[in-house]
Amino acid sequence: MTTGTVQSEACAREVADVVVIGSGPAGLAAATAIRRSHPGRVLVVERQARAGGIPAQCDHRGFGLRDLHRSYSGPDYSRALAGQALEAGVEIITETTAFIESDGALAITGPAGLRHVEAAHVLLATGARERPRTARLVPGTRPAGVFTTGQLQQFVRRSLPVGSRALVVGAEHVSFSAVLTLREAGVAVRAMVTDLEEAQSLPVANAVLRHLYRVPLMTRTAVVSLEGRRRLQGVTLEDCVTGARLSVEVDTIVFSGGWVPEYGLARSAGVVLDPGSGGPAVDALGRTSRIGWFAAGNLVHPVETADSTAVQAARVGAGMAASLTRTRGPLAPAVPVRVAAPLAWVWPNLVRPGLTSGGDVTLLRTAEFGAQRSVRFSQDGRELGTYRIRHLTPNRSLRVGAAWRNGVSAEGGLVTASLH
Amino acid sequence: MRAETREHLFDVAVIGAGVVGCAVARDIGRRGMSCVLVDRADDVGDATSKANTAILHTGFDAEPGTLESRLVARGHQLLSDYAGEAGVALERIGALVLAWDDDQRAALPGLREKALSNGYGAVAVLDAHEAYRREPFLGPGCLGALAIPDESIIDPWSTTIALATDAVRSGVDLRLETEVVGVTTVAGVHRLETTTGSLAARWVCNVAGLGADRLDNIFGHAEFHVTARRGQLVVFDKMARQLVSSILLPVPTQRSKGVLVAPTVYGNVLLGPTAEDLDDRTDTASTADGVEQLRAAGSRVLPRLLDEEVTSVFAGLRAATEHRDFQIRAYPEERYLCVGGIRSTGLTASMAIAEHVVELLGSAGEDVVRLDDASGATRFPPLGECQVRPYRDAALIATDPEYGRIVCHCELVSAGELRDAFESPVPPRSTGGIRRRTRAMNGRCQGFYCAATVVSALAAARGIDPRHLLGLDGGQS
Repeated sequence: MTTGTVQSEACAREVADVVVIGSGPAGLAAATAIRRSHPGRVLVVERQARAGGIPAQCDHRGFGLRDLHRSYSGPDYSRALAGQALEAGVEIITETTAFIESDGALAITGPAGLRHVEAAHVLLATGARERPRTARLVPGTRPAGVFTTGQLQQFVRRSLPVGSRALVVGAEHVSFSAVLTLREAGVAVRAMVTDLEEAQSLPVANAVLRHLYRVPLMTRTAVVSLEGRRRLQGVTLEDCVTGARLSVEVDTIVFSGGWVPEYGLARSAGVVLDPGSGGPAVDALGRTSRIGWFAAGNLVHPVETADSTAVQAARVGAGMAASLTRTRGPLAPAVPVRVAAPLAWVWPNLVRPGLTSGGDVTLLRTAEFGAQRSVRFSQDGRELGTYRIRHLTPNRSLRVGAAWRNGVSAEGGLVTASLH
Repeated sequence: MRAETREHLFDVAVIGAGVVGCAVARDIGRRGMSCVLVDRADDVGDATSKANTAILHTGFDAEPGTLESRLVARGHQLLSDYAGEAGVALERIGALVLAWDDDQRAALPGLREKALSNGYGAVAVLDAHEAYRREPFLGPGCLGALAIPDESIIDPWSTTIALATDAVRSGVDLRLETEVVGVTTVAGVHRLETTTGSLAARWVCNVAGLGADRLDNIFGHAEFHVTARRGQLVVFDKMARQLVSSILLPVPTQRSKGVLVAPTVYGNVLLGPTAEDLDDRTDTASTADGVEQLRAAGSRVLPRLLDEEVTSVFAGLRAATEHRDFQIRAYPEERYLCVGGIRSTGLTASMAIAEHVVELLGSAGEDVVRLDDASGATRFPPLGECQVRPYRDAALIATDPEYGRIVCHCELVSAGELRDAFESPVPPRSTGGIRRRTRAMNGRCQGFYCAATVVSALAAARGIDPRHLLGLDGGQS
């Protein structure tokens, strides 16, 4: 809890129509969309030294297919999105961190000084980060050599030493990215382990791992202890079915994926979170519980690929631009959408009946594998829509239509999304 | 033969640079005696002192009449004043001892009597209604509480570093990564053989914490045996801070103060510690059972706490002995002082222990009257949430933009603060040293964003290969 107050006399102001927090694909795409249809000042605030978010540190290709319609490397994709935003008239300030003052107002701080922010609209696009070892409650010692993929990438980019033998925990898209980064750094990958029954990335990634890299994939396997004092020396694994234990000698372990929304700013601002995603609860236009505050990107759907994040965020941006020119009244009441296990979250998770715009996509996540199932949306026992799903894979995007939203009653109770 | 004539003869060699050793060395240094402070670790406060519950105790539940009772009460006063002068974060948030069954409720008046016997009168027994009014997120079933309004939370790392810095500024010779491997005493001079050379001192003060009994044995004494009592602790995300406003304690047992829930001055919430007696005095690993035990205890006290993300899990070792009091003894004829058996109240009592040690030196005929305060109080960087941290200090950033250049985004630590730490009299030598001095990498992402930057900066500041910082240079010690 921050009890200190900003020294206000010395403090400057930053006035804009829209302030976007975060310059990842979501922030940049939304800012571009807003500025293209609204002539006012659109300011993107980025805490890192350069714009672009996570893709800026991912050297592999495959970015930009859905939004820019060609394949970029991560850094090139970031530059393209930033270039587009600047061309549209968006201002981007880097090395500047947003925080919430004790009265709930937004402030930013950076080498250029501390400034109070006055903006008609705020868009939170702070993204998501990987859940580190500590938050996963993996017991043992606390040696050096314990990474997340993001941290690993930054070490390699800075030519910092990583180790010689590694274990990758997780088997989702980013986990394979961790394997690539380790191999580039000359680190032998001893195994990839996941507590789920299969890997969750593309089949081709599995094939490359097994046949080209000869890295064993250990499914239904949990990490139960880390050993080593200054440096990681070994890891104890446990078979989730038999309970059998195995020690692996490695000096590096990468806890990959397990995405957690970067919710600090949103929660400090009093924005209500969705219990499923852990990010701000939002309607299809990205509106949160706080008037004038919006949220988009992997902060609200942790995580989608960069390009589809950009596509969804651009829609939120377009909606924000439209609402800037309208006279604003109180928000229509929102009906929350909750998921039943094994579904993990749904986006959007607020429905404002009567709202007609906001795209035609509903995103979901499941915690279990499955095939030939259907997702049903219902309110007070009344079915709103049912969608067939061929394959259910944890940590993978699951998308269905949005027509179910049309049937939601403002007077009704919670909407539930469940698998059948 | 070594050149003994060139060797400096210190008045006092203090062995162990934990919070108590630093306080002792500072007090000795300020009185004009020459002092060397040695520790085998690469930082001050790198063992017991770095992993505790960060509470400044009133001593309300100490054993009345013990030295510990007296020194904790005195230390509370001394450290409160010192924290204010030095700018070490301290929040007087008070504590509630919570009763969850009839036996515990029946024990509250006795605890109040004990507090009175310890000279602390501000305690009050509260009914359940009042307990829930003060702490609305308590789990169901609380039957009442004892309120101790002066229990406080403090920055334990800055306390040790501040005391060490003051010691160094008073002329104390701080030698880290220096392990004492042998002692010989000839003609009233103690010669310490260490891993970085030999030292000569007229007095030796043993503040070796977990190793204090072994060092005591080397001096021919066997008054106590140290057992490493492991305490595992879980640190919750800052968002949990709104769930709790005071320190929540269980009714203590003979063995332990039990598992508490307490805010930290950094804005997190702490759950712990466990109390496990170990044979291995180096085993600071956390365990699945330990964490599970803490979560079970926490779920009763503050159920919503467990919904929050965990920021870190760590374990510390307290130096427990078979005695229920501090083991502080002076042997004037041997010019040897033993400060052992300093339990979890050591942080609170540190400055009073130092005062006591100086009195013992005085009684032994040493000149300890002169108090050298010429340097004045040193101010330390504001690391607490109750203070104005650099990132939100417009005037400071205007003076030096580096205070606005944020390196660690979770804890909002600036490049200016890292630089200041590197340039300080007791600079960090390890990533842990940076964490304790600046908070960098201690946030919810645990270095997802900043670890590479911080490691590079530390390696550059020390002029060393990053492999050394990352434990890739071979050694495991």
